[in-house]
Amino acid sequence: MATTLADDLRPMHHPHSWVTRYVWSQDHKVIAIQYSVTAIAIGLVALVLSALMRLQLGFPGVFPAIQPDNYLQFVSMHGMIMVVYLLTALLLGGFGNYLIPLMIGARDMVFPFVNMLSYWLYLLSVIVLVAGFFVPGGPTGAGWTLYPPQAISEGTPGHQWGIATMLVSLAIFVAAFTMGGLNYVTTVLQARTKGMTLMRMPLSVWGIFTASIMGLLAFPALFVAAIMMLFDHFAGTSFFMPTMQSMGAITPTEGGSPLLFQHLFWFFGHPEVYIVALPAFGIVSDLISVHARRNIFGYRMMVWAITIIGALSFVVWAHHMYVSGMNPYFGFFFATSTLIIAIPTAIKVYNWLLTLWRGDIHLRVPMLFAIAFIFTFIHGGLSGLFLGNVSVDVPLSDTFFVVAHFHMVMGVSPVLVIFGAIYHWYPKIFGRMWNETLGKLHFWITFLGVYAIFLPMHYLGILGVPRRYYALGETGFIPPSVHLANEWISIAALIVFAAQGLFFFNMIWSLFRGPRADPNPWGAASLEWQTPQTPPAHGNWGPTLPTVYRWPYDYSVPGAPRDFIPQTEPRT
Amino acid sequence: MAHTVSDGRDREIITPALREIVADWSADQEVFRHTHWGKAMMWIFLLSDTFIFSCFLTGYMTMRASAAEPWPNTAEVFALTIGGQDIPLILIAIMTFVLISSSGTMAMAVNFGYRKDKRKTAILMLLTALFGAAFVGMQAFEWTKLIHEGVRPWSNPMGAPQFGASFFMITGFHGLHVTCGVILLLIIASKVARGHYDRAGDYSAVEIAGLYWHFVDLVWVFIFAFFYLW
Repeated sequence: MATTLADDLRPMHHPHSWVTRYVWSQDHKVIAIQYSVTAIAIGLVALVLSALMRLQLGFPGVFPAIQPDNYLQFVSMHGMIMVVYLLTALLLGGFGNYLIPLMIGARDMVFPFVNMLSYWLYLLSVIVLVAGFFVPGGPTGAGWTLYPPQAISEGTPGHQWGIATMLVSLAIFVAAFTMGGLNYVTTVLQARTKGMTLMRMPLSVWGIFTASIMGLLAFPALFVAAIMMLFDHFAGTSFFMPTMQSMGAITPTEGGSPLLFQHLFWFFGHPEVYIVALPAFGIVSDLISVHARRNIFGYRMMVWAITIIGALSFVVWAHHMYVSGMNPYFGFFFATSTLIIAIPTAIKVYNWLLTLWRGDIHLRVPMLFAIAFIFTFIHGGLSGLFLGNVSVDVPLSDTFFVVAHFHMVMGVSPVLVIFGAIYHWYPKIFGRMWNETLGKLHFWITFLGVYAIFLPMHYLGILGVPRRYYALGETGFIPPSVHLANEWISIAALIVFAAQGLFFFNMIWSLFRGPRADPNPWGAASLEWQTPQTPPAHGNWGPTLPTVYRWPYDYSVPGAPRDFIPQTEPRT
Repeated sequence: MAHTVSDGRDREIITPALREIVADWSADQEVFRHTHWGKAMMWIFLLSDTFIFSCFLTGYMTMRASAAEPWPNTAEVFALTIGGQDIPLILIAIMTFVLISSSGTMAMAVNFGYRKDKRKTAILMLLTALFGAAFVGMQAFEWTKLIHEGVRPWSNPMGAPQFGASFFMITGFHGLHVTCGVILLLIIASKVARGHYDRAGDYSAVEIAGLYWHFVDLVWVFIFAFFYLW
């Protein structure tokens, strides 16, 4: 395991049976698939919850099975599952595990055993999370932000056991992520192949690498917040619990600070947005470059933008707390730092557009998703400028405008990239091609559908429709058009929900019936497409590691025999 | 990257020495040359763990600053009566001394590890583990004393309930780290004694365990300063 043995097959763990090959596997590719399947499975639960929420909002009173308590539980679980257990786990545990060693020319992660533990702990955290649905009182209904004191006070659904399973599950997730994240970071730093300098890494690796570092620094805050709230809940401490009158009685807690939780939560929560976004930025850069047959525009700037966004995201967290009350100077500081992030982000957007400019664009399914991402991300980013300003945020806070904003920017955008990435790398992962027509159908319904869902929500938000409300009822300031819009959104959401069946059908059908994939069907230059076998075998590279001579974006080079030059091709 | 030739402007703002550092770090294969993978990973883990303790300590300081009731005087709370005299913070002072000494023995163990001196490395690591165990023992004594005086996570007869809560949480979390460290040291020491690292020709594990141990020690210095001395 010493560094000098990087090209040595001996220290690797070689599987001897079906169980060590596919279940207790230490191969990064198998772990990646395990991570992805688990994340998508729990993500489907969250998707069903969102459909249930839309049923209630679009057709209030039609579904008596959905009670106010249930609605709040759906909101909370949907949010937490999507952000942490689906997006973080899929982008870092799934794509990170699969792509890092293949893209930098390593045989595996540096510590495959720790990597395996990471997955099994993640699975445990998911099981504990799901257990929340079956404990007395059901899962927590405190909102995904889990703000105390309400999260652990009587009156909130799941305040007894639901919140406990959620907090325990989060603590386990942090441990699982730490094991994985340490592996990703160390592998990128120390296990690259000959010739693979940091500035020759594909942007996907840069995004995942930076996000992993951020995760290692941001998740501790969530871990500490979860531990402290568990103490408050079970040991009767008063970290976050002030003296309250609850159910007609004075609580025994005193002097705690609910604001402290908010600070800890958002010190995790805001970097978390970019933990999800940066891998998506990286991956989408690669998709655009490959399918537009052009080198990524401004590679160095892209790398710097990723790292600067990563650093800045640690000093903006209180923009989630403008309405919690703070010194106006703090509001000024956090609004300024928030808006400064727009600069590196805009650099990235311009670079994507300039990469497309005069490119030889192939509108295959992965490219469609990548371009769709640019649309949704610009929309979500622009509405973020409104919310980053204190004076504009205050009236818009806790309305559907916020829901629309963060769904566009960190829900829909990364999910579109994930779809594109699955369509893009599936031929390498399983050696089969997808059905292009089904893929395009899936794309158009999803892309137009998310606009049908989230554009009207901006309008609702500006009218002042509050988020997290079970039903609006007869409220003076809410015009009848709101109810119509809500119906429309719900119908659109259900159509998009159903359209995901196309994706899963395509995925499973292609696994067995899809045509055999070429080792490099898109003509990509980066290292993962140059493996000796497709799908890559254990150890990835056969007897010798590849040597890298150039960056991964040599597309349409004048004078070259093909319109791409693989990274492994020597310079002449 | 394809364009390694820089335009003249780089050169003006970045000094040659700085450029060499950047070139070194972004060179191929390894950012930290000839560094054991485990060592690199331990450093990154410690960085992450630093954030956990920082959050605990910042949280504690926030609560202390906003506590509704007076904070107990730690000099009195942690005083022991020895020979009829109240000596403030004496137990904590001894604990700190023991833990700092253990860092010394650990550093010596790492040194002998580099020289592949199996016997001395193992003995010094055992001694370090012993110091660590003594520290945890004294911490248990301290906890017992406070519990007898009525301090609980949820209440505190001397004032703010957050005192008990943060005391048990922070020292408990640190004590857990020390306990894990003792177990880690014992495992590595037994491997050293059995000649495992002689066969592998690599004593890096000793150094990596040492990194963790020094970190736990350093964290204690901060807890000592912020919790006991403040």
